[in-house]
Amino acid sequence: MKWLRQLGPLLALIVMIVLLSISSPYFFTVDNLLNIFRQSSVNALLALGQLLVIITAGIDLSVGSILGLCAVAVALSLKAGWSIIVSIFICLLVGAFVGWLNGAMLTKMKLPHPFISTLATMNVARGLALIISGGFPISDLPASYRIWGASSVSIIPVPVIIVVVVYFIFHIFLTKTISGRDIYAIGGNKVAAYYSGIPTDRRLVVVYMLSGLLAGLAAIILTGRMNSGFPLAGMGAELDSIAAVIIGGASFFGGVGTVWGTLVGALLMGVLRNGLNLLDVSAYWQTVVIGAVIVWAVYMDVLRQRVMKKKRS
Amino acid sequence: MHVELKNISKSYTGNLVLNKVTMNVKPGQVHALIGENGAGKSTLMKILIGVETADHGDIFVNRKNKKWRTPHDARDAGIAMVFQELSLIPTLSVIENVFLGRLLRKQSGLLDWHEMKSQVEKIFEEIEFPLDAEQTVEELSIAQKQMVEIARALSQNARLIILDEPTSPLAERDAERLFKRIKKLSEKNVSIIYITHRLEQVFKIAHLITILRDGEFIRTCPVSDVDMQTVVRDMVGRELSEQFPDRTQKVNGSSKKAALRVEGATRSNEFNNVNFSVYNGEILGIAGLVGAGRTELAEAIFGVRRLDQGMVTVQGKIAKINSPAAAVKTGIGLIADDRKLKGLVPDASVHFNLNVATQRKFATRCGWRLQGQEIEASKRLIDGLQIKLQSLQQNAAGLSGGNQQKVAIGKTLNTDSSILIFDEPTRGIDVGAKREIYFLLRKLADEGAAIILVSSELEEILGLSDRIIVMCQGRITGEIVAANATQEKIMEMAVGIYESTKNGVTA
Repeated sequence: MKWLRQLGPLLALIVMIVLLSISSPYFFTVDNLLNIFRQSSVNALLALGQLLVIITAGIDLSVGSILGLCAVAVALSLKAGWSIIVSIFICLLVGAFVGWLNGAMLTKMKLPHPFISTLATMNVARGLALIISGGFPISDLPASYRIWGASSVSIIPVPVIIVVVVYFIFHIFLTKTISGRDIYAIGGNKVAAYYSGIPTDRRLVVVYMLSGLLAGLAAIILTGRMNSGFPLAGMGAELDSIAAVIIGGASFFGGVGTVWGTLVGALLMGVLRNGLNLLDVSAYWQTVVIGAVIVWAVYMDVLRQRVMKKKRS
Repeated sequence: MHVELKNISKSYTGNLVLNKVTMNVKPGQVHALIGENGAGKSTLMKILIGVETADHGDIFVNRKNKKWRTPHDARDAGIAMVFQELSLIPTLSVIENVFLGRLLRKQSGLLDWHEMKSQVEKIFEEIEFPLDAEQTVEELSIAQKQMVEIARALSQNARLIILDEPTSPLAERDAERLFKRIKKLSEKNVSIIYITHRLEQVFKIAHLITILRDGEFIRTCPVSDVDMQTVVRDMVGRELSEQFPDRTQKVNGSSKKAALRVEGATRSNEFNNVNFSVYNGEILGIAGLVGAGRTELAEAIFGVRRLDQGMVTVQGKIAKINSPAAAVKTGIGLIADDRKLKGLVPDASVHFNLNVATQRKFATRCGWRLQGQEIEASKRLIDGLQIKLQSLQQNAAGLSGGNQQKVAIGKTLNTDSSILIFDEPTRGIDVGAKREIYFLLRKLADEGAAIILVSSELEEILGLSDRIIVMCQGRITGEIVAANATQEKIMEMAVGIYESTKNGVTA
């Protein structure tokens, strides 16, 4: 029955693609599909970090703000004339640092729940982004930088390549390494994980750092694509990332979730938005539909667990 | 109240879990319901309180046929159950918990705290259990919480109270107190159904006994008509030869280095100046009442808690253990007292659980897992421990209590620890599985492990240990070799009447 958890969202994605292909002639074209993938790449990277956090039974509300802060940071560095490598490094460092703060507040200061610590950094990071940018977007970035967000290798957009590579790396990390397994153990039962000799605090800090780092990576793609570091970038993106993770079959209570499920979740949201656009459905309705999909996806899981429970007893 | 369950049958997805079971509870009697885990006791009780419905069979209350539509119907008829996992809300007061879901109101519609308080106090007076009704439940001991549950049942005018393993979290002394209350209740004509694995208690307090095995009704009879042997045979369907393994001849400890030596271990309000050693090949029992500081001591040795003062040496070397991770690296393993909370990841597979503590044993230096080796290890453990399961990928939560405990033990064995601390290893598991665990402990000791057994069951301490230390209020109050130990001597030390002249380490 375990595979059902994976299959549910994938089936939904396929059904959605088939339906949209029938209703709109523009939908099922290589161009449009790649376009969806590219549009989903920022959310996919944020959702990947969010997935790690949610597997540990936590939540990271700060990813959208980290994205904004990193976007401003990388744009300012480029404007200051630093090289692309250095600017990217600064961007990732800022993301990882805010993530580390989240982890430290949770494990060192022992704040009671990551909802609180990341709510705080969500505000702080957004505020800092506005302060250092003066509230204005920082535009006209070097063309050689913009390849990260805007260009393609033959027909495949660079952000898509980045997402696939990063997802693959994290798949390996979660399934093939000790640290990855420890993360599942912490989410499944933190006390038991600690009693098993797993360095729970250290792992949690790493998880929040990775979440911040991925938000930094998303900022590079976004600034490249927009040709601008916008201090309000990623407003509300944390909720989209949570939605992708949940649609992708991860348990909000921790211990369960896969990288591929999350990718399907992120793509599903992208397909919905794109498809509804093509069908001329107002953007206001799109959020209504996404809300409904969240309920549907989680309800499927509730039903699945009910069936399993019956079988067990 | 007279309650009769007649020819109750129930199956889940084609599996017959109860087959024409009959049980006849008479007014004011304590009726023990006995059977191994999976015998169908819980299902039968769930049917009685209306949580489940029977496929066939009838329930008669005072000779009237009843059909429960919801648990409320059963409760209104005067049937209440005190659950093994206490169902109280810790942040609310005793009063609120007793009246949970049916708080009394004045005519104005406001809550009538005065009336509720006086009713609660009256109930506690009747069962002669002094308790401050305004305390919040989280401040109470487990024994007190249990009485709050019983008070809740009584406040609903329960005439039949079902107690499911009520003494498993209690120390002997609290258990004795509970028995007194049960006698009081039965004098007041309240019927009790008492579910337990501890047979000696059945003979102490029950009037009648009903035995189930694999969903089959085996017998009901007055307790005076059977002896322990018969009951055990009926439960497990075979003669239980010896519950405990033979002790093997031991090398005298003083000739060898101690595997683990604890000196002057102190942690404020938990334990004070504790000294002892345990040697390879022996089982050291630590006896005492709940709250004597045994679990705290075990967890401090394992690095869950830090010592304020004192020193731990492992195989003659000073060990700095400030986390469970460090303890595992030094070769210490803890099988914790609460397997659901501290032992297992319940919704992960058995395979996951067996390997979750191995750290880098089955991994390359950079942390790359060697999954083939993990599976080999799981298979070896499942064979060695005779864990009954359908597949390696089955969730740990789906196993019986005894098999869950074996997984928790297997998890620790998989870390190759040679010093093993078992904290209440047989809590809440059935007789057959207990015996397997006793034999396993002895086998591990014979293979050279140093074993510390913390247990509140004296029988188990006496039957299994080579040497016993007794704790009372955070101190070691005595040490005794198994050959000289009796229940009375240990109880005296455990309640602090008898201070051993040798206070602390002897070897």
